[in-house]
Amino acid sequence: MTTIVNFIIGFLILAGALLFLIATFGVIRLPDVYTRNHAASKAATLGVMFVLLGTFLYFYSVEGHFNSRLILGIVFLFLTSPISGHLINRAAYNSGVKLWDQSVRDDLKEYHKKMQDDSSAD
Amino acid sequence: MKKTNNIILETSLKALLFFIVLYSVYIFTAGHYYPGGGFIGGLMTAGAIVLLLITYDIKTVQRILPVNYRIITAIGLLLAIGTSASSLLFHVPFLTHRFTHVELPVLGEISLHTATLFDLGVYFVVVGVTMTIIQTIGEDE
Repeated sequence: MTTIVNFIIGFLILAGALLFLIATFGVIRLPDVYTRNHAASKAATLGVMFVLLGTFLYFYSVEGHFNSRLILGIVFLFLTSPISGHLINRAAYNSGVKLWDQSVRDDLKEYHKKMQDDSSAD
Repeated sequence: MKKTNNIILETSLKALLFFIVLYSVYIFTAGHYYPGGGFIGGLMTAGAIVLLLITYDIKTVQRILPVNYRIITAIGLLLAIGTSASSLLFHVPFLTHRFTHVELPVLGEISLHTATLFDLGVYFVVVGVTMTIIQTIGEDE
């Protein structure tokens, strides 16, 4: 039983660390702000959640200590991290950061242009 | 200034504020036996109010929380001085604290300590001073 739990804990911590690494490579390699944010906000969130879950399982099974703050941290990160990614992307788009030159779709462009024309007409 | 709809932030704020305020109260009350206390709890409560200020503007927050933070600072200092000076009434030196064990109906045995009141003063001072600094900078035009 303990061996299985230890295996799961090791898997969770290592998978989380691997996801951090993938997120870092994504931030370095991807071409523009939006794709970089896509890599950072998704992979890093899941990585942190894996590491926190592994830590929680370690303290629960090995030390016999139920740490509810780690559960709260997992829920809190799951709520906040996509929102911060959304806000950064939104701020970047509103301040006019260009998309990657090989992007094929920009559905927000016409709406954004119309909004800017309306606000300049006022 | 253009009015933008920030509905994702506003909706998530309603859930997040409960987490942050609850956790700051936990940090404050757990300070005697675990890491935490008045200072970090006050900073975290101020952080929750700053999150409100990021989401809404300063007038809306003043309407949600109609509090003058300078008075909060004064109340905190009075609590700190009051709990330290009240030990003089019992003919013991300044800042002497007492504690007792109380049996409450639901919560069971609880140790009540006068240092908690001192810590509450620290908490109020930290919330008041932090929010005064941030609001004074934010109102400057």
